[in-house]
Amino acid sequence: MDALRVPRPVRRLWRRLVSMRTALVLLFLLALASVPGSLLPQRPLNPPKVQAYLASHGAWGRFLDRIGAFDVFGSVWFSAVYLLLFASLIGCLIPRITVYARAVRAKPLKAPRNLDRLAEHATLGTGLDPDEAALRISRALRPRWRTAVRTEPSGAVAVSAEKGYSREAGNLLFHVSLLAALVLIAGGRLLSYEGSIVTTEGSGFCNRPISYDSFHAGRWVRSGSLADFCVDRLESFTASYREDGSPAQFKAVVDYSEDLAGQSRRDVIEVNHPLRLKGDRVYLLNHGFSPTVTITRPGRTPVTDTEAFLPQDAVLTSEGAFKLPGRDGTGDDDLGLSAIFAPTAVITGGVVTSVAPTVEDPVLAVLAYTGELNPGGQPQSVYSLDARQIATGKLKQVGAKNLALGQSMRLPDGTLIRFDGYKQWVNLQVSHDPTQTALLLAAILMVAGLLGSLAIRRRRLWVRVQPTAGSARSVVSVGGLARSDGGNFGTEFAALVAQLETVLGAAAPVPPAAGSSPEPSVAQDRIGAGRD
Amino acid sequence: MAVDGNLASLSESLWTAATGTYMLAVVAYTGEYAFGRNGRIARTSPVSRAEVSSAQVSRVEAGVRQSALVGGGTLTDPTTPTGQPHYGAGSVEPAGDAGRRWGRAAVGLTVLAALFHLASVTIRGVAVDRVPWGNMYEFTLVVGLMATVAWLATLVRMPQLRYLGLFVMMPVLLVMFLAGTLYTKASKLVPALQSYWLAIHVSSVAVAEGILLTSAAITSMYLVRARFERHAEAGTTPARFAGLGSRLPAAASLDKAAYRTVAFAFPIYTAGVIFGAIWAEAAWGRYWGWDPKETWAFIAWVVYATYLHARATAGWKGNRAAYINLLGFGAMTFNFFVVNIVISGLHSYAGLT
Repeated sequence: MDALRVPRPVRRLWRRLVSMRTALVLLFLLALASVPGSLLPQRPLNPPKVQAYLASHGAWGRFLDRIGAFDVFGSVWFSAVYLLLFASLIGCLIPRITVYARAVRAKPLKAPRNLDRLAEHATLGTGLDPDEAALRISRALRPRWRTAVRTEPSGAVAVSAEKGYSREAGNLLFHVSLLAALVLIAGGRLLSYEGSIVTTEGSGFCNRPISYDSFHAGRWVRSGSLADFCVDRLESFTASYREDGSPAQFKAVVDYSEDLAGQSRRDVIEVNHPLRLKGDRVYLLNHGFSPTVTITRPGRTPVTDTEAFLPQDAVLTSEGAFKLPGRDGTGDDDLGLSAIFAPTAVITGGVVTSVAPTVEDPVLAVLAYTGELNPGGQPQSVYSLDARQIATGKLKQVGAKNLALGQSMRLPDGTLIRFDGYKQWVNLQVSHDPTQTALLLAAILMVAGLLGSLAIRRRRLWVRVQPTAGSARSVVSVGGLARSDGGNFGTEFAALVAQLETVLGAAAPVPPAAGSSPEPSVAQDRIGAGRD
Repeated sequence: MAVDGNLASLSESLWTAATGTYMLAVVAYTGEYAFGRNGRIARTSPVSRAEVSSAQVSRVEAGVRQSALVGGGTLTDPTTPTGQPHYGAGSVEPAGDAGRRWGRAAVGLTVLAALFHLASVTIRGVAVDRVPWGNMYEFTLVVGLMATVAWLATLVRMPQLRYLGLFVMMPVLLVMFLAGTLYTKASKLVPALQSYWLAIHVSSVAVAEGILLTSAAITSMYLVRARFERHAEAGTTPARFAGLGSRLPAAASLDKAAYRTVAFAFPIYTAGVIFGAIWAEAAWGRYWGWDPKETWAFIAWVVYATYLHARATAGWKGNRAAYINLLGFGAMTFNFFVVNIVISGLHSYAGLT
């Protein structure tokens, strides 16, 4: 970047953005901003709960709604925080990658003048001449250390050694993978779709937006380009329960075909075991009962109808409705049945409830209404009759009865309603997200990078070999520096010094010269103490 | 296979045995803390309190460079050798010391309690024929066991820390009581939990949480000790809590230990969250959906990430970083208790009604 062309305030702002302090504050904000997302009902997760909250909290609720508190993770401020963090991360990573690339190619740093000023240092003597000693030292270190040998003006030979380069590599790998993961998550939101459908035993659906009861797609999904597959038929659904009534297994057997011309195959979908197709997955989310009735209105063809009922509790007391439009135009000739289905029914005071989720004694409790079901032609729930129509008397109750299997009831106008039986339905969800596999890879790399950056230790070691006139031909001074914490460097250093001693076939450690450090050989002191 | 009632009640009896033994262990640790050479009684001397505290500093600091006490900069200077134990190894206590007998008894009792504890968890697993962490009661028991194991492992490597057992075993005892209040009858798993990811996801998170619990305990000690050292340096009398600091290891060592435990647990926790996402993809059709549990896992992760960054940022080291560590543990604890019990979400497996 041409620094001259960027105005100074902008540069200053950028520098501040990429600083660690800003990153810390942004991380904090990110954590803080997520909190309301878990405490307030969220529209993408549970819209009815949001409605209920709004209804009971008046102005406060409306205010929260306006600032996006009911869709925290899609709100402007949440996006602002993570986009800033994103920018800060990129701004921090680019220079670090350049620095690292240079450091990897560079030779280890020159030895500092006074090695005994370093926290860890030791002095040895050897009978070898400086060049030979330096050669042996760097050869001994080389498998794990990067070394450079330099001859100093004084005639001493210095070995600089460094290791743990992959610590920074791991750190960079973690952050780059994190960036990649964020990009993939964003891409996933644009490219993914999700459709949900209630299918009753014997029927099926094809993967078209129009087939689904609800369908959500990312902005880049073209509705014509969905994968060509069909769940041709829900063959059967089985729910098994334990003695205490807790569910043991849910199992849906489906016939499906992966393309329009292809042949049908059979597979089983269970909780935790979706049907995995080429780019799509089919999940079993929910299940319930669909009772069947045959309605014979006088003078008209009998109608047999099966409708999915919504479970109300764990023992599958289910509520639903049958809607039979009357003759066109009359408007008050519709027939509506509001009903409760209990797979194992107990009737107390005329009220039907279920006592077990298994089908032992199914009963359909029916309230029959005639009148106008849906005056405006507006979309309405398929699971209930319009309560307002009942309240305003436009739907009048004309009969009520608890029907056991095969029983029927007759309405005053002669209509016969028979409870024929039941089927089961399942709620299947189709999900498509082409970025998932890449995201998993990014996540694995994140953990790998994290392990590298937290477990690998960065160390520097310098050895200076000076020719001497004494009994030993050279004095070897060793100094070490731990550039990252972790581990006990004192013990590590002691072991290194011991290794160098063997390599040099060293004479006994040289006693300290007067006036030097009061701890001649820290390494020696530490051997016993370093029990970290 | 149905739940084996006899084994389930055996497991419950073992929980009682473990809790009782932990209680005895805590009594013994208290004994060591009170009567040991570094204990309360031995340290109460007639000299003026200010003198006592500075004398304590030098005694505790034996073997540790005085520089570790000075200023914020040197506390976290990576070149400062503060990793070594603060008591010279081998000079822990003289033989025949009352504290030593108490301490040995405490460790023996801890081992016994841990064995009861392990047996309780294992037999529960056998009784229900699945991994023994399917609800809050079982999960709490496993986290408690992890913390005890972590403590015993620490003792093997650093026996000189034994006198701090009271501060570690008290939380474990609390966890045991807590498990008792969360008790759930032994039962099989609902279909949503019937997945091998239960073994992988939950165990990795339990291990990470056990270690992070230890880190939070160490960090609390750090805060007390750091305040004590500030007082010692200024020559003032430490206030109530900071006075405890005289018997704790050097602040720099505690800070380092807290960092290392987080650095060890953080990748495990990250992997645990990723395992959770992989499981969510198989179970719920999406890898992430901002379910309250997921949201709080994210919050705790971000806070611990902040801690790791803060420890490398000038001006944020030391106390600030320590508070961030505690905040992370707070988020984790909130995720376990409040999100499980109060907030409804997809992770409603507490087994409580």
